[in-house]
Amino acid sequence: MLIVGELINTSRKAVNEAVDNKNARYIQQVALEQVEAGANYVDVNCGNKVFDEVETMKWMVNTIQEAVHVPLCIDSPNPQALAAGLELVKFGTPMINSITDEAARFEAVIPLVQKYKAKIVALCMDDRGMPDTAADRLRVVASLHAKFMAAGVNDDDIYFDPLIKPVSSVGTAGVEVLETIRQVKEQYPGVHFMCGLSNVSYGLPNRKYLNRLFVAQTMTVGMDGYILNPTDRGMMGLIYAAKTLLGQDEYCMGYIKAHRKGFYPE
Amino acid sequence: MSEFEKLAEAVFAGDDDQAQEITRKLIDGGASPMEIVNKGLLAGMDIVAPKFKAGEMFIPEVMMSAKALSEGMKLVKPLLSAADAAGMATFVMGTVKGDLHDIGKNLVVMILESSGFNVVDLGVDVAPEQFVAAIKEHKPLIVGMCALLTTTMMAMKDTIDCITAAGLRDSVRILIGGAPLYPEFAEKIGADGYCVDAVACKEMAASFIPAKIRN
Repeated sequence: MLIVGELINTSRKAVNEAVDNKNARYIQQVALEQVEAGANYVDVNCGNKVFDEVETMKWMVNTIQEAVHVPLCIDSPNPQALAAGLELVKFGTPMINSITDEAARFEAVIPLVQKYKAKIVALCMDDRGMPDTAADRLRVVASLHAKFMAAGVNDDDIYFDPLIKPVSSVGTAGVEVLETIRQVKEQYPGVHFMCGLSNVSYGLPNRKYLNRLFVAQTMTVGMDGYILNPTDRGMMGLIYAAKTLLGQDEYCMGYIKAHRKGFYPE
Repeated sequence: MSEFEKLAEAVFAGDDDQAQEITRKLIDGGASPMEIVNKGLLAGMDIVAPKFKAGEMFIPEVMMSAKALSEGMKLVKPLLSAADAAGMATFVMGTVKGDLHDIGKNLVVMILESSGFNVVDLGVDVAPEQFVAAIKEHKPLIVGMCALLTTTMMAMKDTIDCITAAGLRDSVRILIGGAPLYPEFAEKIGADGYCVDAVACKEMAASFIPAKIRN
């Protein structure tokens, strides 16, 4: 299971202000909190700084690495910003978030994957648009997987993101994702998955219940990576518990530890 | 409760069978088509919108109400006079070039249509030139643009620049919306407003309608 901490994103108001004021301490504190809460990677996203994304990315990467020595997930649809961030990553194997099978974007990002031997989050979309069904997604996965193999990218470095849509707008959005994971797992057993969670519950009340339940449902069919808020103890406690029930927790020690740390208040 | 109120109630409840039945009854009883639209169908949506905004109703319920409204509208529309139909403000809507996201855009289209706008939906990945062509063809009061990606935000600026270069900027109001956007961005690129969600878009669009058309 790979947890990417999502909190350092300038679309969040507090982070945006800290970045504007070059408040390094705040950014470093958010990085540290996420790592202490169990994040394996720290995501860095300043995509909404469209007028100076590259410079902002450099400052954020350097600032974060002064505080934590974990690998970073460089997050942008803009290849220049990705390159600027990757150039500065000092610890472990960097992750790139993300590539798609849109021709121009694939061509721009794949050289970075090769140059930095990076892990790559691959969104299941192409020039035809956003996917609806599992079949749409499987078509993109097949195409991307073949291109990754040709580019010398290992299965173990590939993280497919099935792209989760709101069930409030498309009632079958959840089951199509579950079916995608099941089939990808069957056809490409060596690859990994990554996804965000909050989309699924958009437009509905009590979103945290839906988000947590969807983690359990996706883990059951083989999802093994999430980009989320690791300081959400309810969510993290549920992930530890799900791992135990799915036989991914030797002697149930992860679960017992979480219990002792007070993850299950009731 | 009058038949109009019952119709509004059916739209509010998202009951499309009821909405159809009452609309048909009103038509058969000789009610004016424009009154059926305004006092019945749109009045129902006017109950929904503020409740959605306040977090008391949710997207699936809004979709059901919009469906009920459109079932009634199908029956009334052929009966509207040319003058009535011309009174509806036109709204050209699209997701900008390079961006393939459609869920948010579709929601906006649905809300606008159920608020009495004549919506021209250009779809996704719409090039600046396509927006310009649509403005020339449909002469809209308002143009709406949507972007979900930080990389496609600038396509909004390109589109506005293209509309300006075509000499059409002063003929339309331009609204933008989408997850990565913020009000200052709208100002910076020369749009007339930023809409945080579909209802905000509807409200802002309605505020642009000149009073003589509004009623």
